[in-house]
Amino acid sequence: MGHSEYYYLQKFSLFLTRCCCKKLAILCGNKLRNSLCGVSNQQPVTTIRVNPVVDIREYTDFLEHNNFQTLIDTLKLAGYRCIGPVIKDGAIAYEEIDSVSQIPFGITDSQQPGRYSLQPSQFAESDKDKRYFSWANGPQNLKPLVFSPREKLWSVRRTADGTLAFEAAKPESQPAAVLGVRACDAAALALLDKHYLNAEHPDPFYQVYRNNLLLIGVNCTNPAATCFCVSTGDGPQVKRGVDIVLSELDGGFLIKVETEAGRSIVDQLPIQEASSAQWDETTMELEHAASIQTRKVPLRNLQPYLMAKLEHPRWSDVAARCLSCGNCTMVCPTCFCHNQVEEVALDASKSDHYRQWDSCFTQGHSYIHGITIREDVLPRYRQWLTHKFGNWHEQYGRSGCVGCGRCITWCPVGIDVTEELRALTAGVVRA
Amino acid sequence: MHNIFVPQQARIVERIQESNTIFTLRLQLETPEHHQSYNFQPGQFNMVYLYGVGEVPISIVSDPHDDTILDHTIRAVGRVTRGLSALGVGDHVGIRGPFGRGWPLGDAIGKDVLIITGGLGCAPVVSVINYILRRREQYGRMIIVQGVKHADDLIWRERYEQWMALKDVEVIMAADVGSKNWPWLVGRVTQFCTRIDIDPEKTIVMMCGPEPMILASIDCMLGHGVHESAVWLSMERNMQCGLGQCGHCQLGDKFLCKQGPVFNYPEVKHLLGVRHL
Repeated sequence: MGHSEYYYLQKFSLFLTRCCCKKLAILCGNKLRNSLCGVSNQQPVTTIRVNPVVDIREYTDFLEHNNFQTLIDTLKLAGYRCIGPVIKDGAIAYEEIDSVSQIPFGITDSQQPGRYSLQPSQFAESDKDKRYFSWANGPQNLKPLVFSPREKLWSVRRTADGTLAFEAAKPESQPAAVLGVRACDAAALALLDKHYLNAEHPDPFYQVYRNNLLLIGVNCTNPAATCFCVSTGDGPQVKRGVDIVLSELDGGFLIKVETEAGRSIVDQLPIQEASSAQWDETTMELEHAASIQTRKVPLRNLQPYLMAKLEHPRWSDVAARCLSCGNCTMVCPTCFCHNQVEEVALDASKSDHYRQWDSCFTQGHSYIHGITIREDVLPRYRQWLTHKFGNWHEQYGRSGCVGCGRCITWCPVGIDVTEELRALTAGVVRA
Repeated sequence: MHNIFVPQQARIVERIQESNTIFTLRLQLETPEHHQSYNFQPGQFNMVYLYGVGEVPISIVSDPHDDTILDHTIRAVGRVTRGLSALGVGDHVGIRGPFGRGWPLGDAIGKDVLIITGGLGCAPVVSVINYILRRREQYGRMIIVQGVKHADDLIWRERYEQWMALKDVEVIMAADVGSKNWPWLVGRVTQFCTRIDIDPEKTIVMMCGPEPMILASIDCMLGHGVHESAVWLSMERNMQCGLGQCGHCQLGDKFLCKQGPVFNYPEVKHLLGVRHL
C-alpha cells in the first residue's frame, strides 16, 4: 500500500464527507478499506464488524466553539487542573492548559509506520471550518497521568548503629480534568484499572491519581492510517469510561453527560439544545471515521492461535527487523511493566526507592540469577505480541490492544503489528 | 494510605555458610509484634532488601510454625545476593512479603511425598523437606531425588548426607558425570526415577530445578501412573514487586509471583518446554 495512494484516497473520502454527499463518502470509505486491505479481498470479513454509532440522541447539548473557553474556566473554578492537547516537539502531547488557544486548532496529523507529522488541515480554509480535534493522537496517552514513568515508592535512612528507617512516599495529586480523551485511550485506562486496582493489593499510587481524574472524551472523526480501533471494538466513538463526551462539528461540540461529576460541569456551560441535524451530521462523520480505517486485528481473541504458533518462522522474520528499542511499549497505553531501582545518596546515608517504566524488550526484563531468559530479540518480540494480543484475555478478559496504532507509528523501523498478526495467523484465522 | 511497597526492617541473628556460594540468613523482624503476626507457607517467598542496592525474591526455608525466626537460603550470584552474602550477624535488611502460593502440604498429609530437585540444589523444596521432617508421622514415605550434571556441581552435600542418615527418608543421588568423590549413582537422574518403587495412587510429587530435568521427571512420573494433578513444581522468573504488577514474572498467561511460584502441573503444562518463553 503506497503512502500517497492511501493519502489521496482518504482525503478524497474526507472531502466528500465535508463538502458534498455523506452517504457517498461512507461508501467510498468502505470501498477504500476493502481495496487497501489486500487480504480482505481474498478472504471474507467474517470476524470484525464496524461499531455502530450509539446513543446519538443522548448528545443533548451543544457548545459553540466561541464558548469553548468557558469549559476550561469552569473546570478550573471547580478545582481541576486542566490537561489538554498541545503541540510539543512536533507532535500532539497532553499538558496543563489555561486557554483553548493552546489546543492545536485546524491541525491534522499524518501517520504511517515509522512516520508522524502535523500539518494544517487542508479542509479548513477559514476559521469557521477549523476544528480543535481534527487529528487522531500523538505518542502520549493517559498512562503517565495514573502510572508515572518514575515514582518514588519509599526512602530509607541508615543510622549510625546500622538500623534502617523506612519511610513511605506519598503521591502528590490534585484533581485533574483531561480534555480530549480518545476512545482508544479511555478503553486503555479501563484496562489499566483492572491491572492496578482490581487486584488483591490495589496500587496505592495509581488509586490516588485515578480518583483525581475527570475525563472529557472527544469522539474521533479523523483516525490516522495507523488506527484500527474499529476492529478492537474500542472506537472511534467514546462509549464508556469518561465523565463527559464531546463530538466536534464545524462551529462547536455536541455534548453527552456520563456521570454526576460531568453533569456538574456541563450545567454551568452556556449550552444550547442539540438539533437532529447535528445528530445526523455526527452519526455520518463517526460512521465515516470507522469506514476509512484500513488496518485491523484478524480476530479479537488471538490467544489460542498465537500460543499455538510459538515456533512460527515469522517470529525470526520480525525479530530480524525489530531493534528491541521498546518504543512500542513506551507509547502503548496499556503496557504496564516497570522495574524498581535505587538511588542512593553519595554519602550512603539515605536511599530512595523508585519504580520506573520498563519494557519486555530490555535485557534486564527477564534476568534471573545470572541468566537472561529472553536473550535475543525473537523471544522478546514474541513475549510482547503473545501477551498483548493473547494472554491478556486470560489475565484480564480481553485483548490488551485498543487499536490506537501508536506502536506502528512510533516504531523506528515501521513494524506493523496488524501485519505481523495476519502473517502469524494466516491460514488459521480468516482475516 | 497503606504503602504495600515498603519493607519491614529485619535483623540478621545468625548467618550460616552452606557452601562456597550458598549461605542462610536467619532473620528476625525488628518489631516483635510484626514477627509474631507474620504467617507464611513453605514455598512462599519474601522480597529481601539490601540497603542502597535493591530487592530480590528469596524462598523462606524456615518452619512456618516457628515464630522466632525467618530463614532465607541464598546463592550469591547477582548484585544484591553478593552484597547480602557480605552481611553478618547484627546487620539489617528489609523484608517484604510473604508472596505467592506455597506447596500443597495440607493435601500431602497421609501421602507418600516424592521430592525431585536438580541442578545446584533447590531452596524451595528444602522448605518442604524441613517441614515434613518436623511432622514425620503425618506423612507416608519421603523420597528425595537429587540430580546434578557433574558430581562437582553438588552443593549442600552435608545436608543430603544428613537426610540419607535418617531411617525414614530415602535419598537418591545421581550425577550425569561422576567423579572419585561421588559415591552415588552415575547417569541421568530420570533413568533412576523409573526404578523407584512408588504407589501412584498414594504419591504426591514436588519438584524444582532446570526445566529439561523437570520435564523428563514429569514424563517418568506419569509413566509410573502418577496423575498429572499430583505433580507440583516451583518456577522462577524475574520479580520486582511480588504483587503481580511489574510484569517481569510473566510466563504465558501466568504471573508467577502471585499465581505461583508453586504450580500444579496441569496449570502450566502448556508453557513448559518452549525455549526462552
